[in-house]
Amino acid sequence: MNKQRFSLFDVLNVFLLSVLSIAILYPFWQTVILSFSDPSSASSLGVHLWPEKWIPDAYRFVFSYQDIAAAYFNTILRTVIGTVIIVCTTLLVAYPLSKKDLPYRNYFTIFFLIAMFFSGGMIPEYLLIKNLGLLDNRLALILPGAVNVFSIIIMRNYLMTIEKGLEESALMDGAGYFTILTKIIVPLSKPVIATVALWAAVGHWNAWFDAMIYIRDPSKTVLQMVVRQMMVDMDLSQTQFGGGGMTNANLLLSNVRAATVMISIGPIILIYPFAQKYFIKGIMIGSLKG
Amino acid sequence: MSTVTPLAERPSVRKTNENWVRAKRMKALYLMMLVPMILLFTFHYVPMYGIMVAFKKFSPGLGIWNSPWNHFEHFKGLFHDFLFTRALRNTLIISILKLAISFPAPIVLAVLLNEIKNGMFKRVTQSISYLPHFMSWVILASMVGEVLSPQRGVVNYVIQLFGGQPINFLSDTHFFIPVLVLTDVWKEIGWGAIIYLAAISSINTDMYEAADVDGATRFKKMIHITVPSLVPMIVIMFILSLGNILNAGFDQILNLYNPMVYGVADIIDTYVYRRGIEQFQLDYATAVGLFKNVVGVALILSANAIIRRRSEHGIW
Repeated sequence: MNKQRFSLFDVLNVFLLSVLSIAILYPFWQTVILSFSDPSSASSLGVHLWPEKWIPDAYRFVFSYQDIAAAYFNTILRTVIGTVIIVCTTLLVAYPLSKKDLPYRNYFTIFFLIAMFFSGGMIPEYLLIKNLGLLDNRLALILPGAVNVFSIIIMRNYLMTIEKGLEESALMDGAGYFTILTKIIVPLSKPVIATVALWAAVGHWNAWFDAMIYIRDPSKTVLQMVVRQMMVDMDLSQTQFGGGGMTNANLLLSNVRAATVMISIGPIILIYPFAQKYFIKGIMIGSLKG
Repeated sequence: MSTVTPLAERPSVRKTNENWVRAKRMKALYLMMLVPMILLFTFHYVPMYGIMVAFKKFSPGLGIWNSPWNHFEHFKGLFHDFLFTRALRNTLIISILKLAISFPAPIVLAVLLNEIKNGMFKRVTQSISYLPHFMSWVILASMVGEVLSPQRGVVNYVIQLFGGQPINFLSDTHFFIPVLVLTDVWKEIGWGAIIYLAAISSINTDMYEAADVDGATRFKKMIHITVPSLVPMIVIMFILSLGNILNAGFDQILNLYNPMVYGVADIIDTYVYRRGIEQFQLDYATAVGLFKNVVGVALILSANAIIRRRSEHGIW
């Protein structure tokens, strides 16, 4: 029998990893504290591990401020619609490309693969959106990323490994490919669909650069841009989020920003425990499959 | 050789005919791809046409096609442009520092995590370690700003406890790059470790058992079995990172930098953004972006080719 002993190495190791975990979490915790603190204690120097008083004023302000509410709505909207579209395009391309006997399959694969390596770049993409008249249109946040080649590859690799028997007998019975895709392929590939959907959702939820260059109208922007705007306009009096409302609420911009950050990362943290395994599955399939 | 095979019976033609018959039967499959292909073509291939702007004297009124040609003038100007050479140098410096520090960090974490025997502690630590990976740099930059704030940040609090002067990390050219590298470690260390942990779990346990028989200590096993077994994976990841050397972290820098640190922090991508979108010099910015993309794609494709030759499995 091996005796379970803790060596110096074990102690050091646990200590080191604990320090790392705390260092990683501290900025998140500080955001929580800041979002609930009253302005005077929040702006003092020091380690704030617990607020003197839990004050929800910043959240009250955030939820009552129209531009923030609109931005939150836009973020949710683009995430839901964008994710559905990416999942659909992924399935619609991955299924045909997974069929080894599809004539000219290679040409189609190359058409999609090239897009993974070559792109027009920031400025030509901006010009395209401008020429299409999509500036200040929410479609500019959804359409350019509607086809995700990386997801297609992950899905195609998975579909190539699943059992073909059911599909072939359905074909014999005269079922069409669309029916097979929805009735047989989709139910069989739920875990990969979940992975693709979660990745797409997190991508859309966190996206900000497209909104920054394509959207000017504050009623159409996304939550991430609100946070960014609060960071850039450090001077309270100049920011669109400052002015009258801010002084009435007796809050600091940093309180409000922390609260906005919290409502922005809240949903990700909530799904995190359940979604983890799918995220990891994604990286494993994506990077190790030949 | 005197007889001519009828056209329809030549192997190549027969193959084409068969393909057509099969393609017709499977036409629903092509139909499925139609809409995604149109989307990809519009939003990915059409902008490639816009690259032409890099070779023109672009005026928005005339449009891409009608603007007069400027040939390679923008490219000739690149290396006489101090701001461009500075951005190129900054890009390389930041990337190399990240390669030196952010690249090995996940390997160390994976090896250390592997030595943890308590499953619960291991799982929790791992879950915490890749949490920041799922946040955008907008959010993380806002947190970094608070932690490093000269007025209320915890780092400056500690510095002052020890009698130092508060440092404005994000506006100081000496500290900005270390902040970039460390916050990059913060965001990606846990995520990067996943792939190495998977590689560790596939190590043949016979080796550890043999080492046990020989009386090897835990530390010795770690150094002489775990780490060497990771080398193939490390090499692959390193080559991939080399292929990405021109991507020094656009999102991160755009959200953390300010004019005071442009001298060390402005990279090619941020330069393209400011020149193009903020100053509206679309033709020159496109030229800078094109230069970066061409070199970048060449690097990534060579990285892939090297990996394929080494290990049979590339990226796709």
